[in-house]
Amino acid sequence: MRAKNFFLHQPKSLDEAIAIKVEHGDDATFHAGGTELLVALKAHVLRYEHVIDLKHIAELKGVRLGSDGTISIGSLTTHDRIANHPIIRKSLPGYADLSEHVANIRVRIAGTLGGVLCFAEPHADAPTMLCALDAWVVLAGPNGLREVPSRDFHLGEFATARTQDEILASIEVAPQSAGTHSAYRAFGHTERPAVGVAAVWSLDNAVRLSLWAGAITARPTRLMRAEEMALSIAPHLPHAAIWESLRPAVAADAQEMEAHDDLHGGADYKRHLVSVLAERALKACLQ
Amino acid sequence: MSHDETDFPLMRVDFNLNGNPISVNVQPCEMLIDVLRDRLHMKGTKRSCDVQVCGACTVLLDGNPTSSCTTLCSDAQHHEVTTIEGLAEGRKLDPVQRAFIAHGALQCGFCTPGMILAVKSMLARFEKPTEEVVRHYLRGNICRCTGYVKIIEAIMDLIHNPSNYQ
Repeated sequence: MRAKNFFLHQPKSLDEAIAIKVEHGDDATFHAGGTELLVALKAHVLRYEHVIDLKHIAELKGVRLGSDGTISIGSLTTHDRIANHPIIRKSLPGYADLSEHVANIRVRIAGTLGGVLCFAEPHADAPTMLCALDAWVVLAGPNGLREVPSRDFHLGEFATARTQDEILASIEVAPQSAGTHSAYRAFGHTERPAVGVAAVWSLDNAVRLSLWAGAITARPTRLMRAEEMALSIAPHLPHAAIWESLRPAVAADAQEMEAHDDLHGGADYKRHLVSVLAERALKACLQ
Repeated sequence: MSHDETDFPLMRVDFNLNGNPISVNVQPCEMLIDVLRDRLHMKGTKRSCDVQVCGACTVLLDGNPTSSCTTLCSDAQHHEVTTIEGLAEGRKLDPVQRAFIAHGALQCGFCTPGMILAVKSMLARFEKPTEEVVRHYLRGNICRCTGYVKIIEAIMDLIHNPSNYQ
């Protein structure tokens, strides 16, 4: 199907883009990589009179390292750029690896981090990892900037804390300690994950384990029992021993998740996948 | 507020297509594939899944593999677009095309233009990719005939014996 026609705006600055959105309200939408929006426009699931293309706004692109070590990823940065960016590969190799495995090469080259976060299709990879890393987003709106933790940004299926006139400007990740390792493992029979699990294991932080599952639920879900159990485990044990201690807690967390039968698999199967993928992600952290 | 389809102004898009300057007036909603196939009659670019999964509509945008079904034509403004028609030099086929023919790496041929362009972009990015890298890079180009065996054979032979395909 062909997309219904629209007026295409190509602002050069954030302020200009926000002003266009304020002027046209519900009739307008922001457009980044197009990997979600254009598909929805073609399917006539969404219809907008005004499409505001953000790709010409230089300030939304690129990865920067702040003086305090905070990594700032411009929202228009593509998955392919993130996967290959020296700062991400050095400081967040688990996240670089995740980005290298998003969908396929064409989607990675076109698709942006801001786009996937704002579209908020639950079957996505990055949100789960960004919750585990305790990242936060910077939203730019008519009244200036505000910060929202990733863990509060995702509200449900296709729903986020972004108000309609706000643009997600950047995603920020605090510097990781030397003894912290992160990894993400996902599985699905389509290009989207049926389930993805992100683990952040730290030898030198008060928080030993940050463990989140995504895609199985409407928004990323924290595995609280497993995180609590991790605090009582000696961190230098072999992987198998650590996993044996965590396994019942992970399974109990998975059992409580609000999973549904859908084309990605049955609810029980997806709960089972949480444990399988948690083990794999932890193993990757510990090796 | 509702607009008639004709209310939206046409956009002029200038780009290079296979090395030749092109100028088209398009509707803002037109995808690159629509312009390539329907206006410029470049039928080598195939439409299949229409959702960026199958790879049949792959073209190169500044050398990068791109799903032309889900790319606005306006994104080609002032850029370089390469389609399968742009690979051969006169009657001499590109080495990737020659390798595919030599190994029988195609059957119905529908995925082949996109597959070959994806391989072109891969070889521009990686000097001598391993089979693992090749399989990962081509994961998004679906072939329903060959079972991929001949495709991988052709690519690995081209990588290891490039002089055979010059």
